[in-house]
Amino acid sequence: MKVIEISCLEVWREISNYLDGEVDAELRARMESHFKVCAHCSAVLDGTRNVVKLVGDGVEYQMPPGFSKRLYDKIKAK
Amino acid sequence: MGALKQSLESNEAELIRRVCAGDKEAFYSLVEPCERAVFTAAMSILNNVADAEEVAQEAVLKAFAALPRFRGESKFSTWLVQITINEARLKLRRDRRHLYDSIDESQTDDQGDCFPKDFADWREIPSETLQRKELKEALKRALDGLPQKYREVLILRDVQHLSIQETAEVLGITEGSVKTRLLRARFRMRDALAPGIDGSWSTGKLEYEKVRPW
Repeated sequence: MKVIEISCLEVWREISNYLDGEVDAELRARMESHFKVCAHCSAVLDGTRNVVKLVGDGVEYQMPPGFSKRLYDKIKAK
Repeated sequence: MGALKQSLESNEAELIRRVCAGDKEAFYSLVEPCERAVFTAAMSILNNVADAEEVAQEAVLKAFAALPRFRGESKFSTWLVQITINEARLKLRRDRRHLYDSIDESQTDDQGDCFPKDFADWREIPSETLQRKELKEALKRALDGLPQKYREVLILRDVQHLSIQETAEVLGITEGSVKTRLLRARFRMRDALAPGIDGSWSTGKLEYEKVRPW
């Protein structure tokens, strides 16, 4: 199957969708053959993938102590 | 998976039925598994612990009052997060703190292309790096620096792991906007975190060589 070339700009536009599995098979193949030859785009891909991992693993909003109890009391008082 | 999902759904339906019959304890059983999601959704918009708690409580009480009208078209948790987001936005408007954000947002519409700012190759992040205080702080700073509309999408997708469709539903925007905002949020986070990722957090090396093709 002949893969139609894709520009860096088009790759950037879709890079987040690519990581989320939101691109169709044809676009995926075009992007993957681009990553093989373009160091810049593959660096952007790796960096963006790292961001997704970092945010997923490292971002956590701690609920303040007593949060659940106060919420429960509010419901009870209703 | 199918059986578990089915049993969770029937359990949820049963709890809702009991709440509508006047059982408040059942309502807390319904809310308890969603507490963190509710608090996180409020934080993604308000970025302040006391405000987020206040909004979480208001949202839960609103959900209690509105439960008889809940049709079960989405999951209870999605519905509750949606109410929380609406309450958080209302609070932001009431407090007029949105003035600052709206200036920011007017310069960052979703139109036009979005370029990565730098092409340095990141090495893989060792998992122990994540434990480093500097990285945690840099993550928080980068997140705080995002315009609200990008932060909320990033949190819902990459922290809460809502689907694109659920994210669109709770934020009241199209799936296309979710995807565009997510791309921008991830690129901004990448630009903000790149210097440390390139090595300074894991090696103590502070210099960072930017790679720009233009």
